[in-house]
Amino acid sequence: MSTTTIPAADEPVRFYDFDEHPHPEGYSTMLGFWIYLMSDCLIFAILFACYAVLGGNFAGGPGPKDLFDLPLVALNTAMLLFSSITYGFAMLGMAKGNKTQVLIWLAITLVFGGCFLGIELYEFSELIHEGAGPWRSAFLSSFFTLVGTHGLHVTFGSIWLITLMVQVSRFGLTAANQRRLACLSLFWHFLDVIWIGVFTFVYLMGMLR
Amino acid sequence: MIPQPAPVSPILGKLSLDALPLHEPIVVATFCGVAIGGIGLVAALTYFKLWGYLWKNWFTSVDHKKIGIMYMILGLVMFLRGFADALMMRLQQALAFNGSEGYLNAHHFDQVFTAHGVIMIFFVAMPFVTGLMNYIVPLQIGARDVSFPFLNNFSFWMTTGGAVLVMASLFVGEFAQTGWLAYPPLSGILYSPGVGVDYYLWALQVAGVGTTLSGINLIVTILKLRAPGMSLMKMPVFTWTSLCTNVLIVASFPVLTAALALLGLDRYAHTNFFTNDFGGSAMMYVNLIWIWGHPEVYILILPLFGVFSEVTSTFSGKKLFGYSSMVYATIVITILSYLVWLHHFFTMGSGASVNSFFGITTMVISIPTGAKIFNWLFTMYRGRIRFELPMMWTIAFMLTFAIGGMTGVMLAIPPADFVLHNSLFLIAHFHNVIIGGVLFGLFAAINFWWPKAFGFKLNEFWGKVSFWCWVPGFWLAFLPLYIMGLMGVTRRMRVFDDPSLQIFFVVAALGAALIAAGIGAMLVQFAVSIWKREELKDVTGDPWGGRTLEWATSSPPPEYNFAFTPVIHDLDAWYDMKSRGCERPLTGFKDIHMPSNTGAGVILAGISTLIGFALIWHIWWLVGVSFVALIGGAIFHTFNYNRDFDIPAETVAETEAARTRQLAGA
Repeated sequence: MSTTTIPAADEPVRFYDFDEHPHPEGYSTMLGFWIYLMSDCLIFAILFACYAVLGGNFAGGPGPKDLFDLPLVALNTAMLLFSSITYGFAMLGMAKGNKTQVLIWLAITLVFGGCFLGIELYEFSELIHEGAGPWRSAFLSSFFTLVGTHGLHVTFGSIWLITLMVQVSRFGLTAANQRRLACLSLFWHFLDVIWIGVFTFVYLMGMLR
Repeated sequence: MIPQPAPVSPILGKLSLDALPLHEPIVVATFCGVAIGGIGLVAALTYFKLWGYLWKNWFTSVDHKKIGIMYMILGLVMFLRGFADALMMRLQQALAFNGSEGYLNAHHFDQVFTAHGVIMIFFVAMPFVTGLMNYIVPLQIGARDVSFPFLNNFSFWMTTGGAVLVMASLFVGEFAQTGWLAYPPLSGILYSPGVGVDYYLWALQVAGVGTTLSGINLIVTILKLRAPGMSLMKMPVFTWTSLCTNVLIVASFPVLTAALALLGLDRYAHTNFFTNDFGGSAMMYVNLIWIWGHPEVYILILPLFGVFSEVTSTFSGKKLFGYSSMVYATIVITILSYLVWLHHFFTMGSGASVNSFFGITTMVISIPTGAKIFNWLFTMYRGRIRFELPMMWTIAFMLTFAIGGMTGVMLAIPPADFVLHNSLFLIAHFHNVIIGGVLFGLFAAINFWWPKAFGFKLNEFWGKVSFWCWVPGFWLAFLPLYIMGLMGVTRRMRVFDDPSLQIFFVVAALGAALIAAGIGAMLVQFAVSIWKREELKDVTGDPWGGRTLEWATSSPPPEYNFAFTPVIHDLDAWYDMKSRGCERPLTGFKDIHMPSNTGAGVILAGISTLIGFALIWHIWWLVGVSFVALIGGAIFHTFNYNRDFDIPAETVAETEAARTRQLAGA
């Protein structure tokens, strides 16, 4: 007959968390923003797919070799890549808690972003002027839409950047502002990655078509 | 190459008095009815001074429970509209024989079948499903709210904004006459020069933003806010299916957004994505729309699979059979749903290899679905089954859905599909799975969780009346369609030449009438239950002997859901707590940190809807003004850094003490 008892398995089980601490503010923000970026990435994926399918349909109109000005696009690419580096410097300033450094580098980023948009608009206006507008062929429709959607993102990124500069200068590098800077950083670098895709797939490979 | 635009006024764009469909007596009568009802409602709200209450406690609320209920109300209202369209079609097709044109002209009939599809998918099924997930998921994972409560409110109002645009098209202008997916080139500017397709595009774009954001919100909520101890494989099945559904939403709605945006560019900027000439490809659109469209049907059904799992295990008094196989089946369905889209257009002519691939993937997807059916059956096996309303709907689902699934497998065979494509067989099939799966599931869910949301059960008699009208009504309405589909009758026909078909349409119309009685009984069920709420009251918070965490709190739950966050040790956490004698804590309450209400969501979504309306009617100055207002408003909102408040410990203690008294009285 067994009299030995199993060591107490009935220690009080805790069913409620009595000394919980609320999740810190913005606990989920970075994950949420990352998922948003991936959904945005899908929109670009569709636009790339459209370009891949329709990009050869010139409908008797001009093709990439007739239209693209590679040195100008290379300059434009440089603008955007530099803006990513300078945004990185702003984030380094944030890590050091140096508000002035953050604001200066954000301003430089904005200038680069502005130059990028300016050059892109110039390119678009030249194309339209030559009669190669988005309505000319399916190739041009998908070209303008893909590149233009990217440009629209840079435009909204720039508006956001200006807003954040005002907020950082007024309220300092608070936790909320640091989180917002980190989100915009993700957004800005994401646009850079997309642009590398555009530059390679649309412009460089377009010249080979 | 650019069609000359019709003359538009600089002030009102294409909008003029001609836009009012005064020549359509049916629409005018509907408008009168809606106007009288609307004025009555507004007058009543004003008379009882409810506007302030609605604004403060509901419209601006960031509480996931209130937003969930608002989604359900939106779904219900739109359901009545969508069903009215269905009745009109059934009546038209039952009448239009032997030389009769029926009572709907072609322009009107084409709008009716388009609106029916759009409304039922985007503004009935989606709000119902989203509302359900919104209400239940945070409770099931022991959270106080979703991750982004403001965004949640904004998402709801964007969905509502889309619904408002669709409803506006009934009385101002017209709706699309293209079918619910607006295939080009029919939906292009050459063949649809009116505003109908523009209403379609902007309603879906506005609502789509809301859907995508709410998908992101719920994914993050499930991944980040689970109560301590709840590992992924200890999550309730409904939460699992919700997670997969929201992954599908985030991974598919951007495709819809892009496809509709390109169609919009074709219409507004005269690009050539989907046009017949200048290198466009209409089939590109069809591919894109179904890359969204097929995941969409799983977005709708997966959460209901979760509901059936919860209901079956609760009302069988057993834990769910094969929990992990259920989870893996859900994940497999999630992935496979992206590999089947082409079965919607086998007849496009992709060739035998491509069609075979998609035919096989489509058949493969029925395997995990079948596994689920068997899991539910084995859960019921040797259980103590209680035939309450949620369980009745679940059994009706299993019988109905199995047949819908089998006709789906028939359609998955490309040679068979060449015969059945676009026939009434297809219509019967997808109504079989959407009504038999999604709607029956929603009815199970509403009967199951109503007591949680409102603190009283639903009346059983009227629920059973509704059930016994709905289920035979469904079969009466759609069995004739299966038969006619096999005989080759195509969908979307307004008049028929062959008089021998009339009897089938008459039977189908009778079925629709029976369904109408079922809907009526359901509305009576709600009314009677609210009327007799004291008799039906549930004070325990756990009226069914529930197993998951939402039943651990009071009904309706307090604003903060749980006074103390539960700690999870087992699957079926609440059942585990009950069976191990967990005591409800009565002291030691602390302040609870909660998000504050805000009107920003209503305002920003309202402006977005206005932009949509201005774009539809080409009122360019209004587009500009409201766009600037939207950006300005959004920026202004970011300057508000104080978005939270604390519920003081005393308030929590009072609320909990009230619950203690209530439990003691039970």
